Amino acid sequence: MTEAASTSAPAELPRAARWLDRAGPLALRGAFAAYLLLWIALPLAALVAKGLGQGPAAAWEAISDKTALDALRLSITTGLVAAIVNGVVGTAIAWMLVRWEFPGRTAVAWLVDLPLAIPTLVAGILLVALYGPQTWLGGTLEGFGIEIVFAQPGIIMALLFVTLPFVVRTVEPILVELDPAEEEASNTLGATRFQTFTRVLLPPILPAMAAGAVQTFARCVAEFGSVAVVSGNIPRHTLTAPVWIQGEVEAGNPDGAAAVSLVLLALALVLHPLSGVLIRTAGGRRG
Amino acid sequence: MAESRRVRPETPLQRAIAVGVLLYLGAVLVVPLLALAWTAARQAGKVVEGLSQPDAMHALRMSAILAVIAVVVNGTVGVVGGLVLARQRFFGRRVLDSLVDLPMALSPVMIGLAFIALVGRGGWLAPMLDAAGVSVLFNFPGLVVGTVFVTIPFTVREIVLVLDELGDSEEQAAATLGATPWQTFWRVTMPNLRGALEIGVTLTLARSLGEFGAVLVLGGAISQKTQTATTFIHAAMEERQQPAAYGMALILAAISIALLAFLRSRRRAHGQES
Amino acid sequence: MGIQVNHLVKSFGATRVVNDVTFTVNPGELVALLGPSGGGKSTILRIIAGLESSDQGEVWLDNERVDHLHTRDRRIGFVFQHYALFRHMTVADNIAFGLDVRGVPKEKQRKRVGDLLDLMGLSGLDGRLPAQLSGGQRQRVALARALAPEPRLLLLDEPFGAVDAKVREELRRWLRNLHDEFHTTSIFVTHDQEEAFAVSDRVLILNKGRVEQDAAPLDVLDHPATEFVARFVGEVNVLDAVDKDGAVFAGPLSVPVTATGAGKLHVVVRAYDLKFWHAEDGQGIATARRVVPLGDRVRVDAEIDGGVPIFAQFPRRSSLLRGVEPGARLGIEVTHARAWPAP
Repeated sequence: MTEAASTSAPAELPRAARWLDRAGPLALRGAFAAYLLLWIALPLAALVAKGLGQGPAAAWEAISDKTALDALRLSITTGLVAAIVNGVVGTAIAWMLVRWEFPGRTAVAWLVDLPLAIPTLVAGILLVALYGPQTWLGGTLEGFGIEIVFAQPGIIMALLFVTLPFVVRTVEPILVELDPAEEEASNTLGATRFQTFTRVLLPPILPAMAAGAVQTFARCVAEFGSVAVVSGNIPRHTLTAPVWIQGEVEAGNPDGAAAVSLVLLALALVLHPLSGVLIRTAGGRRG
Repeated sequence: MAESRRVRPETPLQRAIAVGVLLYLGAVLVVPLLALAWTAARQAGKVVEGLSQPDAMHALRMSAILAVIAVVVNGTVGVVGGLVLARQRFFGRRVLDSLVDLPMALSPVMIGLAFIALVGRGGWLAPMLDAAGVSVLFNFPGLVVGTVFVTIPFTVREIVLVLDELGDSEEQAAATLGATPWQTFWRVTMPNLRGALEIGVTLTLARSLGEFGAVLVLGGAISQKTQTATTFIHAAMEERQQPAAYGMALILAAISIALLAFLRSRRRAHGQES
Repeated sequence: MGIQVNHLVKSFGATRVVNDVTFTVNPGELVALLGPSGGGKSTILRIIAGLESSDQGEVWLDNERVDHLHTRDRRIGFVFQHYALFRHMTVADNIAFGLDVRGVPKEKQRKRVGDLLDLMGLSGLDGRLPAQLSGGQRQRVALARALAPEPRLLLLDEPFGAVDAKVREELRRWLRNLHDEFHTTSIFVTHDQEEAFAVSDRVLILNKGRVEQDAAPLDVLDHPATEFVARFVGEVNVLDAVDKDGAVFAGPLSVPVTATGAGKLHVVVRAYDLKFWHAEDGQGIATARRVVPLGDRVRVDAEIDGGVPIFAQFPRRSSLLRGVEPGARLGIEVTHARAWPAP
């Protein structure tokens, strides 16, 4: 073993052998990256190109069209409402599922997952079947002057149906990790219930709540199927942005549709990473 | 740990919250579902008649074919992508990682429009596709494109999750014992991915059966050609054929509930019960 | 079959975890890499196995340079810290894996697996899954799996770290017996000095990526090469001392080390190289502070006049302990010590 005394860099002779071992992973990586770029990045780039194809001025004009602007505004306001409602209700549901024992707990866990499985269009149909003008309930409510389907309450109900799981699913794992002993410690240290809630419980789950709310909002702004069915597409009243875009595409105005899509795309590109950051923050606190 | 410490809600406030939440779930989810079943049952004759039309059968078959394609394509890509994202460290990994999830954050309508911009008149790929004689829009390939796009994230996510949890020590052990990467993958890694694959495939199935916006925009919902189960429902509603729409909606709801049942049983089997 | 490691260097980011490490393991030897965690021990093991690549340096196995070889082609057995058993395979399939991937005929595989199961005291467990085994059993399956393909070198990374104290002691004895039977050249990594001394023929002490000492266990104890080794091994007192014209003193305490001429010194004294006794006349140079029973031994903490703490250990029934109680004045004699120039 005396010849081992030479101290050349170990990579000299073996290059070829090492290269072979790297080729496999490299090929996989390349194929996967190409797939994503081709399927996801390229069409989105084409969308941006189309939206800005007639120049930024034309794009701006399409966006500031009264109907389009109202559609965007409606999407954002209904999305905010759904995000707030879900933030509260979703956290309560997560809390119940993790901490409480009550009859029907399994059923609740089931129900929470249901909107993930049920097609969003079907969610809309459900609401029409319940509150539609020909139904008993819908007819009765209409008699009192309350409109649900083909009106804004219907949109919000559809959005709440579709996004129900989001906050529950972000908050639940955090609650599972949260040691009830922390609350007990807080109690032994003389904190009131309210203090324990606001100073011990809330801080760790807040980022998860926010993440779920952001996801809810993002989904609402993008939601099409359920809203298309319940909204009745009354321009400037119940027309949301995605529904407006679909209408424009059908009416042969893809350029205008693409321009408004840019706003939705920009929102998605901000909200998507934001929810990622919030989730990582929430997870990081688990220590 | 929290598992064993569940308590019954005792104070009036806790009970009020519990009752409120249950009522909310009932109003938002349960009652509408029952309403659909009830309405469809009351018009059972018309529902059956509407569903036995050839266009309804065609739409259902189309949805099934699309779902199978999405499962095969994204199941394969999901395993490869999961391995790449979980096991390789390289420049740009974070970009790929968030790109994978992006379809979940985009409006399906926008996805449809993006492909129109890409392959439609004046699109970057239009000359190439024309030369090849492939027509995507308002045609079967358009449906495939839309369905595959929206289902990209599901399998990848599950695979990455499980691979991260497993760690790579078993794969290292296989290497020290003389296994080639191919042997290691099939004999050590893959058997551990079965559960993740099942879950990913189920989610992909559910999502592709339910996809509406993208296939509407890309396929145009031409009866007996590019109509899927969801676009069939949409068309039936617009034509005031409610019984057919309700019937098809009920079929889709039943399939999704079955898929959910399977999903939950798998999750429980793999200890991720929620 | 031996192994030689030359001038190995490895950095993770800005931290150099392996810094110019050179050593040889002779055929049939069982060598321990001992050091505090973060000392680079596991990294060296992983580089030898090819699980990690080195920045510089060479690894030779039986006169063959192996740096360029993939892990699978090195014919090295590796026992992982947390076993890394294939969780979906039975015990028998785990052990047979390394034979199977090399295309060894089934009949031969079965025989070898059967032999190893017997040898490891695992008979009857061949159909179990890893999750159905105890920690000690998993450890033995991991070892059997690594030995099955007859590796030319066996590497063990903190092999007993994950089992409880009693099982650990048993496994240690048993690993030593196994080695005496097979004489597979072996290297194992541990941060537990008792373990290193109990099992190995030779100990390499590593600190901050460098080899501090490479010697037989007794030599490490009796002739520590560096101040680090002296401090790391055993329970020691480290005292500041001065060299006054050839006589070394730590405060009032005389220390029997050869004059170094260095002026300021660090003196390292093991807890069993000291004598305390009760100075009845009220003389003495220290005061006893605490007397702590440690089972068969007693530890006495004291304070040398001037405020320097010092401790020693004695057999429970030692006559030296008579009158030694908190507050008592003590005489102290250092029987054995080593000194290094203070930095």
